[in-house]
Amino acid sequence: MSLETRVTEIIIDKLGVKPEQVTMEAQFDTDLGADSIDQYELIMGFEDAFGLRIDEDEATKLTTVGKVVEYLKNKDLDN
Amino acid sequence: MEKRVVITGAGIIGPVGNTVSENWKGALSGRSGIRRMTIVDPEQFTSQIAGEVKDFDPLDYFDRKLAKRIDRYTQFAMIAAREAYEDSDIVNSIEPERLGVIIGSGIGGITTLEREHKIAMERGVSRMSPFFCPMMISNIAAGRVGIDVGAKGLNLCTVTACASSGHAIAIAADMIKLGRVDAILAGGSEAPLTLTGVGGFCQLKALSTRNDDPKTASRPFDQDRDGFVLSEGGAVVMLEDMEHALNRGANIIAEVAGSGMTCDAFHITAPAENGEGSARAMKIAIDYAGIKPSDVDYINAHGTSTVLNDINESKAIETVFGKENAMKIPVSSTKSVTGHMLGAAGAVEAIFTAFALRDGILPPTATLQNPGEGCDLDYIPREARKVSIEYALSNSLGFGGHNVTLALKKYSGK
Repeated sequence: MSLETRVTEIIIDKLGVKPEQVTMEAQFDTDLGADSIDQYELIMGFEDAFGLRIDEDEATKLTTVGKVVEYLKNKDLDN
Repeated sequence: MEKRVVITGAGIIGPVGNTVSENWKGALSGRSGIRRMTIVDPEQFTSQIAGEVKDFDPLDYFDRKLAKRIDRYTQFAMIAAREAYEDSDIVNSIEPERLGVIIGSGIGGITTLEREHKIAMERGVSRMSPFFCPMMISNIAAGRVGIDVGAKGLNLCTVTACASSGHAIAIAADMIKLGRVDAILAGGSEAPLTLTGVGGFCQLKALSTRNDDPKTASRPFDQDRDGFVLSEGGAVVMLEDMEHALNRGANIIAEVAGSGMTCDAFHITAPAENGEGSARAMKIAIDYAGIKPSDVDYINAHGTSTVLNDINESKAIETVFGKENAMKIPVSSTKSVTGHMLGAAGAVEAIFTAFALRDGILPPTATLQNPGEGCDLDYIPREARKVSIEYALSNSLGFGGHNVTLALKKYSGK
């Protein structure tokens, strides 16, 4: 499964959005209706799924789906 | 002239059914909602039976995101509130600021509390859900209902154990009489069927252990009663200023004529001797309604099926009405079919009492075979009874010594 697909699945699961809404350009707040607590839970979902910790400063920059994918690509993921 | 308060809508989800009409049919026919526990592994408990909500999928009611962010107890509150709201047909007839919500719960989100506590212990607090607090706290059902129906008036939660939703209705009726709002969704909900929820009541030795016969395990006033059966669910009524209801041509189910609220100030779990606190609650409710004890035609008892409750509540009724007169008043406990829905119980029973007034039929104590010693009243054993009634009481008593009695009146125009 590609990284994009895994990220998309987590977003669908946490935010209850439709697959077609989860484009790389989609903003978590305005396009996917996630408030700040939703976004925090989402970050925790990525942390659990990919076995890493994302610190708060980095997390606040991850405002779109594409930025999350890009961020994870640059990490040395173990799974 | 003092305002009068009427019930213009009702909703129930519980072990006897997932709609208010299914519940009323079940109460009248004596169809038990109790079975062997499935939500938690029953093997570990002394009491292995429960009144579970059946055929229930939260996704039939909520979208996926919302379903995951509301505890089971909040789900039940929202489902019952939606039913009462729709039943009342008030939607285009009230300003949002004039519609309130009072939803009680004895415990709150204990499912969420247990799950997140386990995560915190095993993986650390940094892995806890950020939604833990707004899922677990006892008032959040009222808050969620407010969002769900757009009710912007007074909004609060009553927490008085098994009297929680009796109090919700009593307080709501007073708020409407004071003119604070025009209508209030009032009731309660509970989802206690978890490891510590069931375990805690087992440790109190409060629950029936008649595990081999779930359907008759809740047997209020019977000589073989051995404790209550733990149940879950939600129940909500729409209470409304009578004038407001009449002006919009609402369908009126019954009138809330008064209430009585007292405390035993005696013991945290055992009732006061001869149900002294409960007797005072009934007397106050009768006075509040402006009637005499002889006007009361039916009592929906708290009737939990514990040894102490049922004898003391019977004694309390004898105190209020006199022993001889008390024996002429039909008394029943619908917990015989619902089990004990704790924070939802008072509202379920208020609804049954209102329907008994409306329909002229009294629900039975469905499982009663032989009344126990000291239980000397007419408990409407096994069969519903057709009789037109004018006034009825509904009792709710909670751990902590909380007593609340609602006095309801048949609505017959004007």
